[in-house]
Formats: sequence, C-alpha cells, structure tokens
Amino acid sequence: MRKTDRWIFAFVVLLIAIFPWVVLNISAISNYVEVMIFAGIFSLVCLGLSLLMGYAGQISLAQAAFFGIGAYSSGILTAHFGWNPWLAMPVGAALAAAVAWVVGVPALRLKGHYLAMATLGFGVIVHIVFNEEIDWTGGPSGMVDIPGLSIAGWRISSEIQWYYLIWGVVFLALLFCFHILHSRVGRALRAIHEEEVAAEAMGVPTARYKVQIFVFGAVLAAIAGSFYTHYVTFLSPSSFNLMWSIRFVLMVMVGGMQSLWGALLGTVLLTFVGNEWLQVFADFEVLVYGTILLVVALFLPQGLIAILRRDFGGSRNPISRVSDEG
Amino acid sequence: MEHPAQKSQAPILELSDVQMSFGGIDALKGIEHVVPEGIIQAVIGPNGAGKTTLFHCISGLLKPTAGSVLFRGKEINGLVPHRIAQLGISRTFQHVALFKTMTVLENVMLGRHTRTHSGFWATGLRFPGMRSEERQIKQRAETYLDFVGLADVAHLEAGTLPLGKQKILEIARALATEPRLLLLDEPAGGLNMTETEVLGALIQRICQNGTTVVLVEHDMNLVMDISDQILVLHYGEYLASGTPREIKDNPAVIEAYLGEN
Amino acid sequence: MDGFWLGTDLLQYTVSGLTIGAIYALVAIGYNIIYNVTEIINFAQGEFVMLGGLFAVFFMETLHFPVFAAFFASIIMVGIVGFAMERLVIRRARNASVLSLIIITIAVSIILKGTAMLGWGKDPYSLPAFTSGGPILIGGAAVQVQALWVLAVSVAIVVSLTLFFHRSLYGKAMLACADNPSAARMVGIRVRQMVLLSFVLSAAIGAAAGVAITPISLMEYDRGALLGLKGFGAAALGGLGNFYGGFVAGLLLGLAESFCAGYLSSGYKDAVALILLLLVLFFKPEGLFGSAEAAKLKRF
Repeated sequence: MRKTDRWIFAFVVLLIAIFPWVVLNISAISNYVEVMIFAGIFSLVCLGLSLLMGYAGQISLAQAAFFGIGAYSSGILTAHFGWNPWLAMPVGAALAAAVAWVVGVPALRLKGHYLAMATLGFGVIVHIVFNEEIDWTGGPSGMVDIPGLSIAGWRISSEIQWYYLIWGVVFLALLFCFHILHSRVGRALRAIHEEEVAAEAMGVPTARYKVQIFVFGAVLAAIAGSFYTHYVTFLSPSSFNLMWSIRFVLMVMVGGMQSLWGALLGTVLLTFVGNEWLQVFADFEVLVYGTILLVVALFLPQGLIAILRRDFGGSRNPISRVSDEG
Repeated sequence: MEHPAQKSQAPILELSDVQMSFGGIDALKGIEHVVPEGIIQAVIGPNGAGKTTLFHCISGLLKPTAGSVLFRGKEINGLVPHRIAQLGISRTFQHVALFKTMTVLENVMLGRHTRTHSGFWATGLRFPGMRSEERQIKQRAETYLDFVGLADVAHLEAGTLPLGKQKILEIARALATEPRLLLLDEPAGGLNMTETEVLGALIQRICQNGTTVVLVEHDMNLVMDISDQILVLHYGEYLASGTPREIKDNPAVIEAYLGEN
Repeated sequence: MDGFWLGTDLLQYTVSGLTIGAIYALVAIGYNIIYNVTEIINFAQGEFVMLGGLFAVFFMETLHFPVFAAFFASIIMVGIVGFAMERLVIRRARNASVLSLIIITIAVSIILKGTAMLGWGKDPYSLPAFTSGGPILIGGAAVQVQALWVLAVSVAIVVSLTLFFHRSLYGKAMLACADNPSAARMVGIRVRQMVLLSFVLSAAIGAAAGVAITPISLMEYDRGALLGLKGFGAAALGGLGNFYGGFVAGLLLGLAESFCAGYLSSGYKDAVALILLLLVLFFKPEGLFGSAEAAKLKRF
C-alpha cells in the first residue's frame, strides 16, 4: 500500500500545484482558488479527525472548538499584543494541546454515545466562552484588524501565495500522518479500533494513545485556526460552533473515514458545496448538510473513497465494517 | 523464542486466595495455586467454573476483589493489562480477538509493540532509528510466523483465515511479545483432530523454548496429552490439582464432570 | 437587596429554576424512554421540543386554534414526526454501529432544524400563556401563571407515564423490551412496535415541554441543540434509563442554572448545565441514582 500511496501523493501534489494556473484563466471559476484555500485549512482540521475517528475509532464533536482556540489565540496575541504571528501560532497550538489533554484524559475513558456527548458539551462550552469573553474575543460582533502573515519580511498577500502556503502545510501534515499510519503507532491505533481489549493485552497503552491522537488532532486544528485567522483577518464565534464541528465530521465521513485521502476528498468536496455551489440555496444549506450526512451514514458509511477503491483498488478489501464500540 | 529455560523450578505464578465477585456472583472463591516455571499447566473444570475469569484476573482485565496474583514474585493484581504484558505475560482469547482487517503479518507485528519504542514524533518525522526498528519488527514477526507455520499466508487479511489458522495466528501474536508466561484460553475450541494435534505440538515447542504455558481447555485428550500439571476448578473453587494421571483417576473430579450432565 | 438567603430573589430564582428544570426533566424522560427500549441516544430529542413550540405557534397564529387545542394538535404533529423518524430512518439503521447511530440521529436533528428554519424563519416566536392572568404573588416573589402550567404539565406527564408503564399492557410491554428484548420477543411482544412507540412517545413529551415553555422563554428554530444537550445532562445525571432520576436531576439542573444566572453571570448560565454534564460523564457516568455495575453492562 505504501507504494500506491506514493504515486497518489505525487499525483495529488501535481494536481494541487497546477490547479490555480488552470482555474485562473477561466473567469467564471477564478474564485475557486479562494475556495481551495479554505478547503486546505479545513483539511488540516479533518486530517487529525480522520486519524481519531477512522483509525483510532473515537468520535469528537469538538474539532471546531480547537480550531477556534488556535484562531482566537493567534488573533488575540497578534491584534491585542502585537506578537509576531509565527510566534503566536505555537502558543495557540500548545494551548489547544493542553486543553485537549485535560479534557481528553477523562473523556476518552468513555465510549460511544457518552464520548460523543462529552465532546459535544465541551465544544459548546468553548463556544460560549468565545461569545462571552468580549474583552478578549470581541464577542458575537467579532474581532477585527488582525494582521496578516509574512515570511522573512515578505508579505503573503495574494490568493496564489496563500494557496501554496496552505497546501504546502497540508502536504507536510499529510506526510506526517502517513508516517504515523504505516508504523508501530499506526498499527496500535488500528488495533485499538478493532479490538481494544486485545490491543491492551498485547501491551498497547490504549488510554494513552487515544489521548495522544486526540491531542494531535487538536494541535492540527489549532494550527489551521491560526492560518484561518491571518487569512480572513476577522473572527466571529459563529465560525466555531457545533454546526462546524458536525461539518468537519461530515467531511471525514463523506470522503471515507479509514483513508487520509478520503478525508481530503470529503473536505474539498464539501467546502465547494458549502462555499460555492450552495450559495444559491443558502437557506437550504443546513437541510442539505443534514440530508447528506444522513444518506452517507445510512448507505455509504465507508465514504466515497470506498467506491474508488472498489473500482481501482482491485482485491484489497476496504474495512468490512464501520467502527464498532465507538 | 530464545529465552533459556529456567532450570530452577522457581514459581512463575502464584495465586494467593484470589477472589472475584461481580454484584452478587462469586466467580472465584479463593484460589490458591503455584505454577512452577517452564511447565505446561492446564486449568480445567465444567462450564462456569471461573477459568476465563481467572485468566482475566491474571492478565489484568479484572482486578480481583481480594487476594493476590504474584508473577515472578511481584504482585501484579491491580496493574493495567498493558503493563502486565510488558512484564512478560501474554494471552489469547476465547473468541479469537484478532485484528481482522489487518494482515496476518501486521497482527504479529503488533505483538512486537511492547518490546519496541518509537514514539509519536519519531514515527511522524521518520527518524532513522524508527526506520531500522520498523525493519526489525517486520523481520521478527516473520520469524514468529515461520515458527508457527503461517509464513505462507503472511499477507492475507487475518479475518479471511479459517478458524484453525486464526487460533494459531493469535498464538503467534502473543509470542511476539516475548512472554515468559503465555495464557491460552481454549486454544482448541472449534478445531478438528488434526488441527488439535498440530496445536499440541506447537504448545510443546513453545514450552521447550522456555515459555511457561497455562491453558484453559475442554479438550481432555489434548489436556492429558501435553500437560505437566492440571488444576481443576469447580464453581469458582479449587477442586483438585496434580499430574494428568492423578487427575484422571480423581473421584471428585469425575463426579464434578459427570454431575454436570 | 434583602438578606442573601431570605430574599425574594432566592424564591424568584428557585421558581424559574424549577420551571426550566421541569423542561429539562421532560427532555430527560424522552431520552430515557428511547434509550430503555433501544439503547440509542436520540440526539434529535431537543428538536422535538423546538418543533412542539413552533407547531403550536402555527396552529394558534395561522389556524387560529384556541390554546389548548393548539397544545394537543402540536403534540400530535410532533408525534407524527417521531413516527416518521423511526419508520424512515431508525428502522433502516438496525445494524449500524454505535458511531453510525450517533451520526444518524445528529443528522436527523440537523434536518429537523433546517426544515424549521425554512418553515418558520430565524425569528423567535411567542405564545400566549395557557390561561390569562397576571403573576401570582407567592412569598413576595412574582410567579408567572405559565410557570405553574409548566410544572402541572410535567407532573401530569410523569403520573401518566407511571400509570402507563405499570398498568397498561403496552406500557408493561415496553418495560419488558427494555429489560430483555429477546425474551420479550419470545413471549410475543412486537419489539419493533415498541421501538416505534418509544419514539412517538418521546416526541410527544418533548413537544408538550416545548409548547409549555414557549410562552415564558419564546422559541426559535435553533433552540433544539442546547435543550437536547442539557436534557441529556439531566438524563445522565439521574442515571441513564432511570425516569425518576432523570426527573429529579432535571429539576436540580434547572435550579443550578437559575442560581448561576442570578448570582454569578447570566451569560454563562448555559455553561452550567454543560459543565455538570461533563462532570457526571467524567466522574460518575452512572449518575446520581444509577448503579456503577449496571452502567458497565450497557452496550457502550
């Protein structure tokens, strides 16, 4: 599988690299670059979630909260305290990691519905904090005047520059995740998902790993949040609410939970659906999302990637059942 | 695979008044037993005797409500299962808890987890130390597959194997943790006569290599054939213990089994 | 301000706490009914409450029903929604994994919310109180008449349910399913019917709560999620599956929330119930009135 992944990786890198040049020449879809920037940012959030849900078999309905922690940390440190954005980012990531650890240790002892509710509740609490701490976050009216990003004095200003920056980070994260998967850690994660008791009996510290992967997902989400902040330069708590956590879960599910490529595919697809193709039906957006989620959960629990694997992957059998025991 | 067999008959496992109760049911009522190192110890008894519960208490899945379990002189009751695995106890499960969508080889490679240590960062950034460790894991896993005779199916999905081979695979996975004590929970369950013979030979080879084996079994032929010692449990209590010959002729044991019908 | 413990403020907060607590209690009961029969946690429970209020508004404002007719009509409508949910969705999810079931009920909750948004827009709506009349003075605190109605409705529902479960054939059948579905099936109880009934009942109860609370705190399309979450908090706090536990816990939760809003910070009052939920899940998942061992035997 590693070899196939390498080819797919090269192929996707190529696709992503030439995408802007193709699209910018067609005025009707020239704003697709901007949509892809968002897709890239959300991909960072979803990669971590994919490892957590698809491989370790745990659910989190709190990714938007960590996304927000990273975003607001970067926003507050740079806009209120004049920090260098590149220094603020690790602070946001560290804060998200700490919070994820504190919440994760007790929460990941839970399973299934209890874990879902716990992450749901935690996510809503964080959202309330964003809304209430007006002095820090600007509350519902939002936070403005957030500085942008520059590398070594070079301001990142155009869409193209943002595009390559974000997707560069995404591919680095993707590499990291692939390395994890095809390793002792990845095997341990999959073992935890399939037969947690047996994994523990074979010496895998299951509780510790679950927390680690949860924290990792939170860190990726926070980094994504920081990039988001400096890109849109405006923050509002409504970007980090429960509906967004559900959207991220949907992105991972639609693409295919047991596949990093699936997470990427699902994220790109749903970002386009949300940002572009649904604009006409803005009022229907919530309804459409819910319907897609329901259809996928009922009829396509392995996501779109399973269809692709069947057609191109030959005999390798994708997971025969969706995660069990939450 | 290469631990020298301990010539001293120092006990590897000591059960001291082990009791286990869940909500009104006393599954184990004070089990006392000593397992010397290097033997094949069988645990038998009619259904409901508490055999699997005993295994759970030893391997850490359950914490005994009273009493203690000593492994090589150290108290292990109350430790988490993965720590107990680290100390050198491994096991198989009655219902064959394989990682069914992972390949045969990957299942055994997982067994190497506790003897290796590349962490999150080392793995994500692919440090050279991690790469060589990964190669070693693969090689060691392959030798275990050779040892149990499953090398030819290394790349098949574990769930596609027939039951007999799945049981062998589970043993290979447990062996990969380099245990000094191996607990086998009904390894012959569902196997035919040929498969059981192969299993028996495998267990004997494992013991010859220095690993103490404790097995819960219902197949009396297998038990009588390969065990050095037999412990008989009945309704969570100690009933008898001794060599196969002694147990076979023990009237209390006979009555316990006949009485069950 | 009067002395801290003797002031009318305390009484005021207590009354409003019990009022909203009764709603949480009803939501908790809804969760427990479905959970007992199916072991599913219905993430869409809060939406039944929301729809109850909004449908009552529709019946009163658009169709000009009198208030009690609107109350019952709304309960029936939402009961139908619960019916549809079970028939169209839950029934197809027979063999889904726990994760899939969670996603599925979340999806339904989003669909219900999205539909409500299309039907009623984003504005909050109000209903007149069930009976007219100004606030009643009890010990110096002004108690709205509707608050008494909320409490009356809750008590009526709890009493009816108790009678239903212990006296009627269907009710006893439902309890049997909760206890042991295979045995229930063997004695001829149609488990599928019971599952359907559990959804319809939970929807109806949720709707009743929604209609009762709307005159006091209004109702809008996105109120469901928070209500559902807090109601689950009450269910968990009381011990999942335990009706009386859920009822008491709901009242406690309402009181805690009300006191926080009154004495500490009204902005964070929603967080109170959620923090209690997390504490229960983290440190005593069997709830105040559940048993730890029974909790370990649950499907998850």
